[in-house]
Amino acid sequence: MKDRAELVIIGGGVIGLSLAYHLALMGLHDIVILEQGYLCFGASGRNGGGVRQQWSTEDHIRLAQMSVKFYRNFSAALGLNIWFRQGGYLFLARDERSAAAMEKNVKLQNSLGVPTRLLEPSEARRIVPQLSVEGVKLCAYNPTDGVLFPWPVLWGLAKENRRMGIDIETFTRVTAIDVRGGKIVKVVTDRGAIATNLVVNAAGGWSVQIARLAGVELPNKPYRHEILVSEPLKPFLDPMVADLSNGTYLSQTMRGELCGGISDPEEKSSLDNSSSLRFLRRMSRSMLRLFPHLGPVKVLRQWAGYYDETPDGNPVLGHTPGLEGFIQMNGFGGHGFMLAPAVGQLAAEWLLRRKEHGIFNTYNLERFARGELKKEDLVIG
Amino acid sequence: MAKKIVCRCEDVTREDLQHAFDAGFHDLESIKRFTGMGTGFCQGKGCLAHAARFLAELRGGDEAIRDPIRSRPPWQPTPLCSLAGDDKEEVQ
Repeated sequence: MKDRAELVIIGGGVIGLSLAYHLALMGLHDIVILEQGYLCFGASGRNGGGVRQQWSTEDHIRLAQMSVKFYRNFSAALGLNIWFRQGGYLFLARDERSAAAMEKNVKLQNSLGVPTRLLEPSEARRIVPQLSVEGVKLCAYNPTDGVLFPWPVLWGLAKENRRMGIDIETFTRVTAIDVRGGKIVKVVTDRGAIATNLVVNAAGGWSVQIARLAGVELPNKPYRHEILVSEPLKPFLDPMVADLSNGTYLSQTMRGELCGGISDPEEKSSLDNSSSLRFLRRMSRSMLRLFPHLGPVKVLRQWAGYYDETPDGNPVLGHTPGLEGFIQMNGFGGHGFMLAPAVGQLAAEWLLRRKEHGIFNTYNLERFARGELKKEDLVIG
Repeated sequence: MAKKIVCRCEDVTREDLQHAFDAGFHDLESIKRFTGMGTGFCQGKGCLAHAARFLAELRGGDEAIRDPIRSRPPWQPTPLCSLAGDDKEEVQ
C-alpha cells in the first residue's frame, strides 16, 4: 500500500468510486480508496438498484437526471453490463395528503423536463395489469426512471479506476485520522499509514464513525433497511412500484426475481444488519395487497443494508467547517446510488477545477447549525 | 474436458470461479457476487464447501475460507402467503 497520496477516499462504495473515476478522467490519479470489506460490502452492494427522477426538490431531480444519463451509457463506456432497464417508476398515493404532494411534485418534475404523468388508478392498471389499485387515490408514473444491478456498477468503476492508476485497498480499516494545526495530515489504517492533506469521507453508514476519528460530529444516523428477493418469475412487472402509504418498493430484476423492501417506522438507528422475520411478514403482506396473485411465490433470500440518514433527507457535501482538507460526501439515505454519478462528477470539478456548484454550499455541514433545512419528502424504503 | 459444476442452482462451473479469481476476486463473498454462486434456490447449501475448497487450493491455504459467505434467511424458499400469515392461497 502507498504511504503517501494526493487524496484518500474513505469508503469503496459508489460515491467514492464515482468521485475517483471522474477525478481520474480529469487528470488526478494519485488517489487511494480505502474499503473496510470487499467491494459491495456496504449499502452500495445491498440496495434495490432503483434510479428515479421523481423527487420533491429541484436539486435531487437535476442530479438524478444527470445520473440516469450516466447509467444509460455505462455499459458501453465501461464495458460491464449493469442491466439498466428503464421500465419507469409508478408511485401510489392512498390518502389526500400524499395525493396533493404528488400533484405538486409532478408539476416541479415536469418543469425540469421529467416526463412524469399523473394517472388515475385505472390507468395505472394498463401499465401493470396485475396491480390491485383498491384504496389507491392517485398514481404518478415516469417512464424514464429505471432499475439497475448495483454490483457491476461498482466492479466497472473499480476496474476502470485501477486501469487509470488509482489504488483500491479492500479489507482495509481506517483506525485514525491525524490532524495538525487544523489540517488533515495522515490517515492510519490497520495495514499502514498514508500521508495526505485531502480526505473524502464517503463511508455511508460508517461516516459518523469516520468523522469522529478527525474530531468532527455529523448529524447522520445509520438505519438498517431490509430487502428480499423472490424466486425468478416470467417478466410481468415493467415499472418499479412504490407505495407511499408504507414505503414499499418492488421491482422485477432482469433475472426475473421480485426485489423490494418496506419502511419500518419502529426501526432504531444502529449498525445491525441482521435479517428479521418481522420484515418478511410486513413486506409479504404489503406485496400481497399490491399483487394478490403472488401468494404462492417463494421468497429466496433476504438481507439488509444501511440508510445513512440526515435530519433533512439530503446529503452532507463539501468542506468541513474548521478542518482543512476534510471533505464530506455522505448522508445519502437510501438514494446514494441514484445520485452518485452526478455528485461524483460535480465534486470532481469542484475539487480539481474549483468549479463552484450550489450543492456544496446548500448541503454543507454548516446548514444544521444555521437551521436552514429544506426537506426532501420522497424518501422511501 | 468435461465441465465441473460447482453451483447447480445457478449453473456456475469451476472455470467461472477461476475466471472470478483471475479478475481479482479472492474472497468467497466477492466470488459469490461475481459468479452468482450460492444465490439460487439452495442459497449456497450445495456449493459453498466446493467453492471454499477450490479457493483454498488457489490461495494455498485456508485463510480465505475462514470467513465463508453469510447464509441468508429464510432457511428454505418460503411462499409469500405463508410469511403473510395466510396459507389458504398456497394450494393454488
